[in-house]
Amino acid sequence: MTETINAPLGAPNGESASSPILEVTNLKKYFPIVRGLVRRKVGDVRAVDGVSFQIQKGETLGLVGESGCGKSTTGRVILQLDRATEGSVKYEGEELVGKNAGQMRVLRPNMQMVFQDPHASLNPRMTVASIIEEPLIEHRFGNRAERLAWIEELLGLVGLSPTHANRYPHEFSGGQRQRIGIARAIALNPKFVVCDEPIAALDVSIQAQVVNLLERLQDELDLTYLFISHDLSMVRHLADRVAVMYLGRMVELAPVEALYESPQHPYTQALHSAVPVPNPIVEFGRERIILKGDIPSPSNPPSGCSFHTRCPVATPECAERVPEWREINPGHWVACHLA
Amino acid sequence: MVHAVNDVSFELRAGEFLGVVGESGSGKSVTMMSLLKLIPMPPGHIDAGVADFGEHDLLSIDAATLRSVRGGQIGFIFQDPMTSLNPVLTIGKQLTEPVMLHTGADRRAAKARVIELLDLVGIPDAEQRFKNYPHELSGGMRQRVMIAMALACEPKVIIADEPTTALDVTIQAQIIDLVKDLREKLNTAVIWITHDLGVVAGLADRVIVMYGGRIVEQSPVAELYARPAHPYTQGLLNSVPRIDQKGGSLTSIPGQPPSLLAEPVGCSFAPRCAYAFDRCLTETPVLSPVDLAGEHLSACFWDTAEGKERS
Ligand SMILES: Nc1ncnc2c1ncn2[C@@H]1O[C@H](COP(=O)(O)OP(=O)(O)O)[C@@H](O)[C@H]1O
Ligand code: SF4
Ligand SMILES: [Mg+2]
Repeated sequence: MTETINAPLGAPNGESASSPILEVTNLKKYFPIVRGLVRRKVGDVRAVDGVSFQIQKGETLGLVGESGCGKSTTGRVILQLDRATEGSVKYEGEELVGKNAGQMRVLRPNMQMVFQDPHASLNPRMTVASIIEEPLIEHRFGNRAERLAWIEELLGLVGLSPTHANRYPHEFSGGQRQRIGIARAIALNPKFVVCDEPIAALDVSIQAQVVNLLERLQDELDLTYLFISHDLSMVRHLADRVAVMYLGRMVELAPVEALYESPQHPYTQALHSAVPVPNPIVEFGRERIILKGDIPSPSNPPSGCSFHTRCPVATPECAERVPEWREINPGHWVACHLA
Repeated sequence: MVHAVNDVSFELRAGEFLGVVGESGSGKSVTMMSLLKLIPMPPGHIDAGVADFGEHDLLSIDAATLRSVRGGQIGFIFQDPMTSLNPVLTIGKQLTEPVMLHTGADRRAAKARVIELLDLVGIPDAEQRFKNYPHELSGGMRQRVMIAMALACEPKVIIADEPTTALDVTIQAQIIDLVKDLREKLNTAVIWITHDLGVVAGLADRVIVMYGGRIVEQSPVAELYARPAHPYTQGLLNSVPRIDQKGGSLTSIPGQPPSLLAEPVGCSFAPRCAYAFDRCLTETPVLSPVDLAGEHLSACFWDTAEGKERS
């Protein structure tokens, strides 16, 4: 076990960084809307509507966007917790879409998820040790003594103490519960972890603790993250590259500095300017882009560019034609007619 | 026994925008409730009936009780408008009644006033929206209705408890823009309670920082962010990343927020404070000035700038 923990970090820009651990191509997830006694299908919620991207080994890809834009669904479909409607997800070159439960079970230890709500994701009637042991038993990890020794080590790794093993989730604070969730997620030595809003439910003073922990674990265990969040400031802090979603589609994807210093999509620009900065002098001098209206429903997305109903610079073309997903600079992708 | 608000008192100046910052369990919301008795200073003149409110159990106040003390002096805006809006009444009806009560206007005049209010808070097609039920509106629109409702009786003070926390960031920006605009038009004092140091930075005149049921720091806004005096405020500012800067590592505050179930002995931040010394564990620091003008107050025995005990 310890060998894996001390595994050297793959250089972020070195050889290993250029091979994708995950390749997502034209991924779609539609949820049917059914009505009436015979449950007739009357439409679709286009939760994810054709996204393509890659995640490199050892990197953190931030996935941002407002609620309902399809971030969680993207994460779940990648891990095959939800079945894709269309498209491809390749993990280390191997196609996941279409695999049955048994085939996925073999791959499952490699890819794990950390959830937003540490209260809801931990069984209140199980001790911390049994919560973490569950996936270990399922995947036939060692004997009981070996498992307990590993659980003890895991608790240390996430900043808890071995004495916590026999306590129940309700005895812990929100931040500590998230540490338990993280311990369970890394128990099987995964390579790829989807973190779905892991700090959104935590107090401000605790968020930095959990983010620092995730960063340390990434270094020590050589993890690759898909970090889903609506907190653009935190994503700037910890991501290498960032993808922005709007109504089920990706509108921009770029290295973190490019995305924050020269955002190209009007939605990314508006999103940025909407985030308050904890500094009155900066706030005083800031120009805000205030978007009109509300986010439309993904069951009936606008024609053409789905952002055109709120876009401050939209032209008539925008309502007619879907903008192409183009690489405007090396590694900088945008879907906008004007970019 | 919950020790939520320990001798919290402060003044609110006419037309002032006061930000109250704290994490969950810091006592922000309970403070809001107790404000109802603490407020009889300028500009909030509270009559005897409202002052009696202080005898209620501050933690178990329900929306109906709040509605009854709304009486025209204080307007409320909550995080979730659905808890304060009646789901089976149109928003028009819910707004008309208080306007009639407050102004003595008849139904026709009150309706005209309500449509004017809906317009003022940026609700398009106010005439149409008048007939809508709360569930027919988006979260952002419902929050605008709440603001209209809070303004209906021309209150001297508006208390907003995490009013944008449940909203997406582009909708939050719309609401903040509206509030800034309204402040220029109306001279209402606002108490804006939030966990977000960013939101109040651009809005508030003064900020109060709460921790463990107490005010730990209080200051004009620019001074607070430029020279935070309390170790908790400093820690909070160091632990949040900024969207406009490429950050280094985040300095987190160790430990957990305090439990309000235990009677605090000494400074409630001491268990997490890097500067804590023996005095902090036995004596409770009181708010005292850290600047010459006496506008910037901190409740801490240690002067972090000078690196010595405060005299
Ligand atoms: N199981 C489901 N059944 C039906 N609709 C769903 C389901 N899960 C998500 N959705 C819908 O898909 C859209 C995207 O949701 P989600 O991926 O949770 O967004 P995000 O995580 O960005 O907030 C939303 O409109 C949501 O209501
Ligand atoms: S394609 Fe048109 S509507 Fe869409 S973001 Fe670009 S300018 Fe705006
Ligand atoms: Mg989500």
